[in-house]
Formats: sequence, C-alpha cells, structure tokens
Amino acid sequence: MAEFLFENRIWDPAETLPRNELQALQVHRLRDCVARLANVPFYRKAFAEGNVTADRIRSLDDLKRLPLTTKADLREHYPLGFLATPRSEIVRIHGSTGTTGKPTFVAYTRDDLALWANLCARFLVAGGLRPDHMVHIAFGYGLFTGGFGLHYGAELVGAAIVPAAAGNTERQIVLINDLQADVLVCTPSYALNIAEMMRAQGYTPDKIPLKFAHFGGEPWTEDMRLEIERQMGLLAFNNYGLSEVIGPGVSGECVVRNGMHIQEDHFLVECIDPDTLEPVPYGEPGELVLTALTKQAMPILRYRTRDIARLDPTPCPCGRTGIRMGRVIGRSDDMLIIRGANVFPSQIEEALLRVEGTAPHYLIEVDRPGTLDEVTVRVELRPERFSDKMSQMHGLREDIERQIHVVAGIRANVELVAPQTLERFIGKAKRVVDHRKEKGLI
Amino acid sequence: MKIHQLSLFLENKPGQLTAPCRDLADAGIDIRTLSLADTQQFGILRLIVSDWKRGYELLRDKGYVVKDTEVVAIEVPDRPGGLLEVLKVFEKSAVNIEYMYAFTFGRGDKAVLIFRFDDPDAAIALLNSAGINVVGSVEVYNR
Ligand SMILES: [Zn+2]
Repeated sequence: MAEFLFENRIWDPAETLPRNELQALQVHRLRDCVARLANVPFYRKAFAEGNVTADRIRSLDDLKRLPLTTKADLREHYPLGFLATPRSEIVRIHGSTGTTGKPTFVAYTRDDLALWANLCARFLVAGGLRPDHMVHIAFGYGLFTGGFGLHYGAELVGAAIVPAAAGNTERQIVLINDLQADVLVCTPSYALNIAEMMRAQGYTPDKIPLKFAHFGGEPWTEDMRLEIERQMGLLAFNNYGLSEVIGPGVSGECVVRNGMHIQEDHFLVECIDPDTLEPVPYGEPGELVLTALTKQAMPILRYRTRDIARLDPTPCPCGRTGIRMGRVIGRSDDMLIIRGANVFPSQIEEALLRVEGTAPHYLIEVDRPGTLDEVTVRVELRPERFSDKMSQMHGLREDIERQIHVVAGIRANVELVAPQTLERFIGKAKRVVDHRKEKGLI
Repeated sequence: MKIHQLSLFLENKPGQLTAPCRDLADAGIDIRTLSLADTQQFGILRLIVSDWKRGYELLRDKGYVVKDTEVVAIEVPDRPGGLLEVLKVFEKSAVNIEYMYAFTFGRGDKAVLIFRFDDPDAAIALLNSAGINVVGSVEVYNR
C-alpha cells in the first residue's frame, strides 16, 4: 500500500474505470458526439468531405478521420457559430479575451454546468479538498472560466467558499486570515504576490491558515511550487483546462503530484507534432489536442490547444486511470526545431532557473552555419555570480550547458555577457533570434 | 599583508579593455598593475589601483561587474630558482594558489608577484614563517 501525503479520496468512481471499460465508453461517447455535431455547419461540411457519419465510428482509431479545430475556426464562426443546441438551451456564456482581436465565446447548457462542476470537484478532492474546508477564490470571475469553474466544483463538494475574486491583495490577506481559509484558489503568479505581501507583513508560514492551494490559468514551474509552498506552508496542486474545451477541469493533479490526470471519460487527448500533425511517442513533448465528448452546447472535436506537454500512460498509485499530462512547457507557436528535436524557450529558462535560482535575461540564437543547427544561449551574468577565478566562470558556463542538455535535450553553446547588455522588452520578451529564418533555411 | 585587487568581467569585444582604464584615469586613479585572463568569449581583468575603494565604487556605479578580491604581493629574488623558493612553501601545505601574475615594477634585485590564494591568511602565515617578504599595501598602492 502506497504512502500518501494525505488521504487519497476519490470523488467520482468514474475516475477509476478500468482502461478497457473507459475506452469502450469513449468510443460510445465519440459516436454520440459526432451525431450531435452534425448540427454544426463547420463540422457538417467537414464530415461530408471526409465521408464521416456517426455509425462509421467503430474505434478510437477513427478519431484520425475527424477534422482538427483551431482557434481561427472559432473566430471565423464568431460569436456562436459552433452551437450544437438551440440557443434557448444555453444558460451561460464564457469566453477567452483574445489578446488580439475578438474574444471567442463558449456556451453551456444546464447539464454542461453540472458536468463542469463535477469535473472540478474531482480534481479538488484529489488535491485534498474536504467538505469542512473554507476555500478562498482569488480568481477573476467574469467571462474567464477559472473563478466560476472552481467555485461550483468546491460548492459541489460541500466546502464553504469566499468568492474574493482577483485584486486588492491587502484585502485578500485580511479575508484569508480572518476567515481562516484552508484552501487558496488563484493563478500561481498571483499566489506569489500574496505570499510576498504576507511575508512583508510579517506572516510566517505557521501563522498562515492555508493548507492547500489549487493553481491554474497559466503555465508555472516546479520552482514556483516550491517557493509558494515554502513561503505559505501549504501543498500546491496544478490543474489544467481551457475555455474552448470546458475551462478548468480537463485535468488535475492527485495526491501523488506527478502529472495531471486527464478526465478521459469526458475528454479524448492526443499529443501531436505541431508541424507534421503526427502523434508523438509517449513521454515526448507535443501539442495537446482535445476532444470534448460530452458537452451539449458546444462539443468540440480535436481542438488544437497550442499547449505543449508530455503524456505519461503509466498507472498511478492513486488508482485513477486517466492518463497523466505533465506541466505545460510552452506554446506550439514558440517551438524551435533543433537538429530534429523540439525545443521550447521555456526549457532554456527552466535550465537557467535550476542553475541560477532566478531567471536571468537571456537570448537564444539559432543558426545553421553548415549542415547542422547550432544554438547559442547568451546569458547575462549576475554580478553575484562573477568570480575572479577563470575555473569558476567556466564552471558556471558548463553548469548551464549541462542543465540545458538535461532539460531540453540539446547541446547549446552558452555565452556569458555583461548585465544590462541584452535588449529589454516591454511586455512579451523576444527570446529567440532564428538566423535560419533570415537565410530562408526553414 | 593583504592587497585589494579589483576584478572586472569583460566581454571579448573591441574597446572592452580601454573603457574601464579610461574611467579610472579620468577619476585620477592610477593602475599599478593589471593582468588579463581571457577566453574567446569573455575576459577577467585583474587590477591593482592606487585607491581600490574609490576605484571599486566608481566601476560599480558605471555598471561594470566588479569584485573586490584579497591577494598577496610577495617579493621574489630576481635570480634562477627565486620563484621556486616561494612555491616550495606551499607545496606540502593545504593552501592553493589560484593564479599569479607579475607586478610591473620590481625593486632592485627583487621582483614582486601578486598571488591569489584560496586562503590568503594561511598563506601569509606560511610565508612569514619561511622568512619570505610580503609586501605591504601602502608600498604596493603608492609605488
Ligand atoms: Zn494519481
């Protein structure tokens, strides 16, 4: 019997369905889903072109014959062109605020909201939530799915909820302490803000009532988890989802905390090479492609998430049978192909974090002087790491090169440069210069 | 007697060496001696200056990566085997020599070498007991 950090409670027996039963259920639900999607013009057209009908879906292999759906497809059918039910059945709209252009909307029926709450309850319970807990939700509540999803999930479990919403960190801290919240729900970066301010106000981890935290809504790292746990004295759990598919509730960590169980009875997952669209082997990073099997208002087939992660099919000691996904390590738009291997700037950043403790400024340069790709990572030297001894400076450079090899699987040439010499950016930093593009090699 | 050495990180680009030298000269700080350890990518410039505190603050405020390191200036007889006598002191000790370089000026029949030890205090104790002259800071900075 495995030793767990705390009692391994399972909210829904469906989480432990044997794999063969799970797969039979998936095929059945995929067939149903395709039948319902015949109402959606985008899919009706694609099905006609691919000669697809519901009764031709015999196994999960038939998934390959179904069309991929992209964010651009959703935009093209703005605002609600992907509705599969009459408008009158919708009880809720959410959406993602596009950083450029129009947002995309998603719709929920009453059953969809019940399903969503159940999915969130599953991962919340997997991550320690009990009915007697007080849950402080510091997520935004508007069109963004984070706040409402976890709110209804926690409510379904029977916990008490403080819907604090995001912002006003001082007030958040007063609420957490006065109401003795057990659980914190927010984005990991906001949790770091709260932790910093708590520390500045003199709270030590033993004086902070929080015991658990559930973070999502943005990619984060293992180092951030350690930092937040250390500062607040709690256990932090990762969960994943996106509004186009349902919102939070696609997957979440269990007590083992080694990957997030995908709720495969409701979502089919594929992991593909974003360029070739071919599946990548288990354990390799690839773009997640998700099918929402059971949603009524807006089921979606093979949605290209642009999120890059690894899948781990090995059985988990917790007993849940859903395949596990690792942390999101990047967006497919940022992916570099170096000598055939997929590399993400976030991996370089993680390697730097491991060596330096904090991420210094860096720039990745890729070139192909002959037939092979070469990667140079320029790293701004942090003054406290400077040594008058050459051996130590070489050691630092070699440490970084070694970690890049460990994390990203490539040999990179690391160059230490003086502080404040790499260009600074307002907003999203430009971390990559690909000379192969300028030369027309890729 | 320990001496303060300023160490600077330099990128291996044209003009990298002249800039800090000019900044020091403009501030009236004399460079007593210097040594450059460089690789294809970067270099470490080691400086002994007339006023290390002011030099350190000046370079730091100008945005250089600068570090203050304690080194030892040792008088070495300027004849065959002179250096060997000094090195023998450390041969069987636990004190390591990280690097060394020559001071620009000797005095008479003696040369002055700058030694960077991992443990300068232990090194000075060993030198004293071996009767080897450690040069004082006033002498080095004002030479
Ligand atoms: Zn598990």
